[in-house]
Amino acid sequence: MTAMPVVEAAIPTKVSVRDLDFYYGQSRALKSISLPLYTHKVTAFIGPSGCGKSTLLRILNRMYDLYPRQRAEGEVLLDGENILDPGIDLNLLRSRVGMVFQKPTPFPMSIYDNIAFGIRLYEKLSRSELDGRVEAALRGAALWDEVRDKLNSSGLGLSGGQQQRLCIARTVAIQPEVILFDEPCSALDPISTAKIEELIDELSERYTIAIVTHNMQQAARVSDFTAFMYLGDLVEFGETNNLFTAPHNKKTQDYITGRFG
Amino acid sequence: MEAGFNRQTRDNSVSDLAIVEATPRAPDLDRGKVLGRMALFDFFFHNLTRAAAILVLLILGGVILSLVYGSAPAIKAFGLGFLTTESWNPVTEKFGAVAPIYGTLVTSAIAMLIAVPLGLGIAIFLTELCPHALRRPIGVAIELLAGIPSIIYGIWGLFVLAPFLQQYVQPALISLTGDIPVLSSLFAGPPYGIGVLTAGFILAIMVLPFITSISRDVFETVPPVLKEAASGVGCTTWEVMRYVVIPYTRVGVIGGVMLGLGRALGETMAVTFVIGNAHKVSSSLLAPGTTISATIANEFTEAVGDLYTSALIELGLILFVITFFVLAAARFMLMRIEQKSGA
Repeated sequence: MTAMPVVEAAIPTKVSVRDLDFYYGQSRALKSISLPLYTHKVTAFIGPSGCGKSTLLRILNRMYDLYPRQRAEGEVLLDGENILDPGIDLNLLRSRVGMVFQKPTPFPMSIYDNIAFGIRLYEKLSRSELDGRVEAALRGAALWDEVRDKLNSSGLGLSGGQQQRLCIARTVAIQPEVILFDEPCSALDPISTAKIEELIDELSERYTIAIVTHNMQQAARVSDFTAFMYLGDLVEFGETNNLFTAPHNKKTQDYITGRFG
Repeated sequence: MEAGFNRQTRDNSVSDLAIVEATPRAPDLDRGKVLGRMALFDFFFHNLTRAAAILVLLILGGVILSLVYGSAPAIKAFGLGFLTTESWNPVTEKFGAVAPIYGTLVTSAIAMLIAVPLGLGIAIFLTELCPHALRRPIGVAIELLAGIPSIIYGIWGLFVLAPFLQQYVQPALISLTGDIPVLSSLFAGPPYGIGVLTAGFILAIMVLPFITSISRDVFETVPPVLKEAASGVGCTTWEVMRYVVIPYTRVGVIGGVMLGLGRALGETMAVTFVIGNAHKVSSSLLAPGTTISATIANEFTEAVGDLYTSALIELGLILFVITFFVLAAARFMLMRIEQKSGA
């Protein structure tokens, strides 16, 4: 709706969404969305339920492709390459754009294999190299110290917060370029939430991150840029500090002060 | 903003209080009566369900007892030799169970060898790959297979499948495997059409719907988000199935396979039609053979001597024991898997 945001041109753009429309069957869920995800920055998508923020996230790694009758029109450029192109290799795309879901989704296998699984899909590594990668990923997700003694027990036996960090470790292990978080803390207690937010902050040094959240404080805490969406429209996009302190749009202001949504 | 929020909560609590006061309390006497009635009903319900559960055990025990009692004369006459003797001679009343036991195990093995991969494949196709419009028709068609009476499989096997195999499939098998050491003896001898292999085929078709519909149902219980997560690390559809869906549902899948195996072991009518009913153990799968249930069905009416009848009942007892051990082994295997995965 609003013009492209005015941001310092110094930051390179990792993902560029241009005039994106999305349809569930006949109903139009996204209306010509255009926004950038800046390299090694955290971008938060906020807005009331049904505004299309999760839909937008799921386009970024073509997750919607698993379902019939869903289609996207427009362009999503990842390093200049349009990922909506039908010829694109989906498995490769998803290894470049990792995703962490609302509910923890450990695979039904051991903690070690949960991490090693994704790596093995792409690389042939020796046992010791693989051990190293698994350890690095678990350390990266701040989980290593809690699970180092039980790597061979099932990932399903961990607590919710640990499972979610396991999923982050699994995503990090395949060394993606972009990580998508779909309300990653909504099923977690405050302490686990704090750990994950801290983690997102650290991860942003190496990855470009997009996060969908219902929690405005969370968006304010973890993100560098924020996009406010409403009924399929992008209402406002800007630096998080500016958007939360001096929103340009009345709707944005109403939403972040809790007057609706 | 904060002040307004506080005021709102206070308002809420006031109105809650009002509701509590406005609701008239039931007198304690009535409540006691109602509770008493509920307790009585609970008591009956409790005992009714317990009686039903105990009844099952009693029936099972009764079946075992009568099988043991009925087979006592044969057990006395032949002892353990019954399990190691191949010959089955009603005229001299010398009976041995090797041929039917062998036939039962081999036909079931053939059936599972064909039906398990095929059934899982169909279930995977139906849940993951099949266009939505085709899902129901194919699913219903497969479930209908389970509803066809076994006698129909029997006549179809005898009049359609067996001649077809005899004319086209079996000669090809024989000539193809002629020079290969082990396979040539598996597919040796004249193509009769009927025989162990044909019985295995028929059984495979009969157990297929069990394996397919149960695996499809349990595949559908996998949370979509878990499959998305697997696709999200870059898995292909096959990898999602192989590493996530099947491990996640293995208990249900093995349950379906065991249900199929149970049916294959005990299936009588269809097998009786196409297996050839010959009491001998042959290395060739093309040769006629027999199974425990086919033997019992075929010979019970003509079993005149007491020993003959008793030998047939002992066969029944053996089938019971085999089925029991197969199911127990499956349970044990599941327990081991569960412990290993720590789930």
